[in-house]
Amino acid sequence: MKILLIGNPNVGKSVVFNRLSGVDVISSNYAGTTVDVTRGYITINKFRHELIDVPGIYSTEPSCKAEEIAIDLISEGDVLINVVDATNLERSLNLTLQLIRYNKPIIIALNMIDEINHIGISINIDLLSKLLQVECIPVCAITGEGINHLVNKIPQSEPSNYAYTDKERWNEVGKILSQVQTVKYKHHSFAKTLRDASVKPITGIPFLVIVLMVMFLLIRVIGESLINYFFSPLFEKFWSPIMLYLSGLIQNNTFLHDLLIGKLSNGQIDYGDSFGLLTTGLYVPIGSVLPYVFAFYLVLSIMEDSGYLPRAAVMVDNIMHKMGLHGLAIIPMLLGLGCNVPGALSTRLLETRKEKFIASTLLSIAVPCMALQAMLFGMLGEYGIKGLGIVFVTLFLVWLIIGFLLRRIIKGTSPEIFLEIPPYRIPFFKGMFKKVFTRVRWFLKEAVPFVLLGVLIANLLYTSGILEIIARFTEPVFVYLLGLPKEASGALIMGFLRKDLAVGMLLPLSLSLRQLIVASVVLAMYFPCVATFSVLLKELGIKDMLKSTLVMLISTLIVGTVLNYILILLLN
Amino acid sequence: MVTVLEMQEGKLGIISSINGGVGLQKKLENMGISKGAEIFKISRQWLKGPVIIRHGNTELAIGYNMAMKIMVDII
Repeated sequence: MKILLIGNPNVGKSVVFNRLSGVDVISSNYAGTTVDVTRGYITINKFRHELIDVPGIYSTEPSCKAEEIAIDLISEGDVLINVVDATNLERSLNLTLQLIRYNKPIIIALNMIDEINHIGISINIDLLSKLLQVECIPVCAITGEGINHLVNKIPQSEPSNYAYTDKERWNEVGKILSQVQTVKYKHHSFAKTLRDASVKPITGIPFLVIVLMVMFLLIRVIGESLINYFFSPLFEKFWSPIMLYLSGLIQNNTFLHDLLIGKLSNGQIDYGDSFGLLTTGLYVPIGSVLPYVFAFYLVLSIMEDSGYLPRAAVMVDNIMHKMGLHGLAIIPMLLGLGCNVPGALSTRLLETRKEKFIASTLLSIAVPCMALQAMLFGMLGEYGIKGLGIVFVTLFLVWLIIGFLLRRIIKGTSPEIFLEIPPYRIPFFKGMFKKVFTRVRWFLKEAVPFVLLGVLIANLLYTSGILEIIARFTEPVFVYLLGLPKEASGALIMGFLRKDLAVGMLLPLSLSLRQLIVASVVLAMYFPCVATFSVLLKELGIKDMLKSTLVMLISTLIVGTVLNYILILLLN
Repeated sequence: MVTVLEMQEGKLGIISSINGGVGLQKKLENMGISKGAEIFKISRQWLKGPVIIRHGNTELAIGYNMAMKIMVDII
């Protein structure tokens, strides 16, 4: 039996899904967190049934591609669980009436039931069940209340005989509402004032700036503390002795030694430089990137679950519009600051080909992932604003300018924003931590193999002399345009695999501040890592991906060269 | 009768007509917003940015051009 979870966006389908199936899916407080169809299993009376989390829809008449996919799924289902937001009954019932038309066994999970008293709504649930001829089960998915009851009632669900004509649908909704719901809106509560203030320009823009600043400060403080007090001691006190012991077993300067442990510096392990699989290969993803990835997702989750993210989207909509995007495109960009892969996946939130192309290209060019940023902090941190500041300001300007140009060049339309703004909610910490750990686990699964592969290839290229040949071949570009030593080409080749690793390869070259800045910007811009590239290839198709790659390479050459010559004037 | 764009912030109005295409009408209808519905204007962003309205318990950001196509009677 196939059981479907269907409902409006942001009514908590994914939370209900987590409760029912035990499979972890990510949920947030904004519409469109689930862009993919998630499948899991649920056991009822010892029988296993497939459970499907359908992306949110407002109506069974599709208005975009993503909705079409969701709506096509409905006919596959054997039982429909209609997840309804009790605080927004009117809109939910419009969909419920349409679902009834499918003539399938249906049951309503009346979610967020705990919130209705708070905002002055009361619902006569028994009457609602009777009128709709559908069993309505009040639940609070976040705490799990009512979920068992819901599960027990699934086998007894039946199709409803509620009859209406399509033209009369909203009238029917109105009729039902007037009978089952009484509203005593509390006017101008403090919460409402706060909600409104965060979307008014005069108060909202300063608030957005403060939120972003606090976000990045928190990420740095949490990430740095984790490194200083946990990961660094862990590697130095526990891992180094093991590695040195191993180093004694397989003699120094043999190929196996170079591969596993790398070069020792003064008989000690230098995790940044040694380039062994078990030293740099593990230290880069776990010791220096993971703490920042964790910190980033923790802070981002607070923003997602509190409901601030859609408000931020509204506040930046006017700027994004100048780049052929709309406010919602802030979500792929923010997610991309963590890791470009989820960022690239979330471009599905956007509707048209033009928007997807622009968002993906901008993401690849000018949104450095946390892995790259963490390594840049390490490499340029000592120069302060002069180093990191120039890199980030350059990337931001590139982001603006390329967006502005692409909007004019790329054919197609960019629709206006049309976005529901959810109420603020206090993040539910258990759910939030689960989400953070799901994402961190995902990062480890993606990153560690690629870094290890990268270290392996770097070693092979180096020992076989291929690196030398490539370096000679690309010398003119690196030396004359970008002002970098020709050896830097090796790092950029590695950047195809993992950018954090590439930074590691730049370190031993003892570059000047100017060269470090240019190399960082070029590394961030020229190409997304392999994992992101493969996702984008799937999302955009070969033709658009080739075009996008062309944009990346050309803009990198121009920006790198210009930056190099500006810095020669400025820094010398 | 004014457009939602011109409507003053902090005012309530009843929708008298939606002059957009079927697409816009459908999207708004899905939110429960159609002729006769009561809406409250929360704010309007600068630089031709979106307009934010409230209907019942739903808050919605709509584009500048959409806001121009929705007519309301202020109450």
